[in-house]
Amino acid sequence: MSAAQTFLNRLEERLSERQAASLPEPTWIAARRQAAAARFEALGFPTRRDEAWKYTDVRRIGEGDFVLARDAAFSKATAATLTLPIEAIRLTFVDGLFSADLSDLSALPSGATVEPLSQALANNHEAVGGALGRLSGVEFSPFAALNTAFTEEGAVIRLAPGTVVEQPIVLQFLSRANEAAVMSHPRVLIEAGARSQATVVEHYVGETDAANFTNVVGEVLLDRGAILKHYKLQEAPLGDLHIASLHVDQGRDSRFTSFNVNLGGALVRNDLVADLNAQGAEASYLGLFFAQGRQHVDNHTLVNHNAPMTFSNENYKGILGDRARGVFNGKVIVKRDSQKIEAYQSNANLLLSDRAEIDAKPELEIYADDIKCSHGTTTGQLDEKAVFALRTRGIDEQTARGLLTLAFAGEVMEQVDVDAIAERVERTVAGKLPERFNLAELVDASLNEVHDAGLGEE
Amino acid sequence: MLEVKDLHVSVEGKEILKGLNLTINPGEVHAIMGPNGAGKSTLSAVIAGNEGYEVTSGTITFEGQDVLEMEIEERAQAGLLLGFQYPVEIPGVKNVYLLKAALNAQREARGEGEIPAPEFMKLVREKLAFMKMDNSFLQRAVNEGFSGGEKKRNEILQMLVLQPKLAMLDEIDSGLDIDAMKVVAEGVNSLRSAERAILMVTHYQRLLDYIEPDYVHVLVDGRIVKSGDKDLALELESRGYEWVTEESAA
Repeated sequence: MSAAQTFLNRLEERLSERQAASLPEPTWIAARRQAAAARFEALGFPTRRDEAWKYTDVRRIGEGDFVLARDAAFSKATAATLTLPIEAIRLTFVDGLFSADLSDLSALPSGATVEPLSQALANNHEAVGGALGRLSGVEFSPFAALNTAFTEEGAVIRLAPGTVVEQPIVLQFLSRANEAAVMSHPRVLIEAGARSQATVVEHYVGETDAANFTNVVGEVLLDRGAILKHYKLQEAPLGDLHIASLHVDQGRDSRFTSFNVNLGGALVRNDLVADLNAQGAEASYLGLFFAQGRQHVDNHTLVNHNAPMTFSNENYKGILGDRARGVFNGKVIVKRDSQKIEAYQSNANLLLSDRAEIDAKPELEIYADDIKCSHGTTTGQLDEKAVFALRTRGIDEQTARGLLTLAFAGEVMEQVDVDAIAERVERTVAGKLPERFNLAELVDASLNEVHDAGLGEE
Repeated sequence: MLEVKDLHVSVEGKEILKGLNLTINPGEVHAIMGPNGAGKSTLSAVIAGNEGYEVTSGTITFEGQDVLEMEIEERAQAGLLLGFQYPVEIPGVKNVYLLKAALNAQREARGEGEIPAPEFMKLVREKLAFMKMDNSFLQRAVNEGFSGGEKKRNEILQMLVLQPKLAMLDEIDSGLDIDAMKVVAEGVNSLRSAERAILMVTHYQRLLDYIEPDYVHVLVDGRIVKSGDKDLALELESRGYEWVTEESAA
């Protein structure tokens, strides 16, 4: 029996125990699950012989024995330390299950709907069914098929045309330290109507000792002129396995910005795909990953310029210490007749140790001739001139290197416009640097200064 | 305070300093002048610990300590600070980080605790105002996108915050217009005290109108060939360096 079959059998068994106690699902969902499970079984887990998984070995997922979460109980005190300190519209999931206690939808304006998937299905499953799965078919990857087959919960965000949501919509995924490792297959669906605007934050975080498997799939549909900022702040516990794909479909003049920040997890794979389907559509990809110990972080990004006069810009930064491994694969495809497009891509990686490794690969496939494209990837160490300059001010070498590492991340972070996220990341990056840097305290000083100055001016 | 004895320094096998002697006492302001290529900047670079300079013989002691045995950061922590001719841009490192980390490193070396945040901010704002720099400088990356004048002011700002015992200024006047020079000079002059010494390296006498030295040394071909008071600088300005060179050769 293949790993995929064993995995499936076990999962189905566990699921059937649970479903015996709940209401039957609409038939279309059951049919879709069945088809996806069959597809997953046929595909099996990806192996390193698959080009898209060449550098990322997922055997530990296939061989893992994961149970399903029983409940969404989570210590409120612990949650308070993990939650981003911002006023937000918030949905919280604990090991994939919805927690009403840790959610807050009070600031939701009219014209916007934010619901857990289970509730959206219960309210009007046909409305959800139209969009769900449109972008991420089971063909995308075995993990997408697995997700489709076993999704239990997730988030549905819908914005009516012209709706502007001021507060960020935070989807918080908490990972709990369980006796047995838990798996979840959350699904996120965002439908932004014409000229609507919102900021969505997917935040993955959890208890230090957690070691769970999350396999999330997100779909984003942006209608004409819609503007969406999507932050992914992945600071999952260091034992977590995290597989994610996000699929974006962009209409005319829509603008999508992705901030993809990955600091946690033992094994992490992100796929980000945007289809620029109509003139004026614009996608920005900003990414930062920082891996240490034996962390493995793989970012695969794809932009499809399917229409003329579309624009994409990508900047990914990777920092790798110890024996960590990183993968950056950024692909841009310009279809025939997609004239007058612009596509820029840049990736820079910083290796803090001799044993850290990065596989960086930009890929351009261009079938149009009147376009502007550029890409570049660099991998290097810290600027020794800068290290020297800091040391001549009395700063010891370790701290100097820490400051410069923080600075390397800073270039991407500067573009983050949710202060709480920028601060959180700055602190976390500083805190991840070897001891003695004590940069977290420096960051605090700087942030206090900003707040001070802000108050002073008012 | 600082004693340089018979210092020989080579860069890539070529001897630049050929037996330099210099003694600096607390309270004194020294200026080293000389033609291009004489080795003026080499001296301060060696004292600060710049790599690529090989000391083949001679000694440098600072308050009785062997400077050449100290790490780069230890020299700064002991109170030896160099203001660069070409300050390095450090993208992403905020000025406030640099100032705080540097000040705390110095305090730690002296066995003092970290400076409390409010005290630090008060100190820094005061010095910023003195250097006619806006508070927003603190959040900007060190020297990134700074004009030449801003970079030099930033060097002096660091000195004002760190209060070195011996401030070394390498061509601090280069690239400055007259207004920027006045601000920089005021900053340097505010450092003057009975306990502190200043060593300036400069090509032009102009700077010395604003920061009056007690001693002027002429460095030619790796050696100090003539020393005098500030009048020597004026003489160099009107007569050039050649007569000193000839005089020393004679």
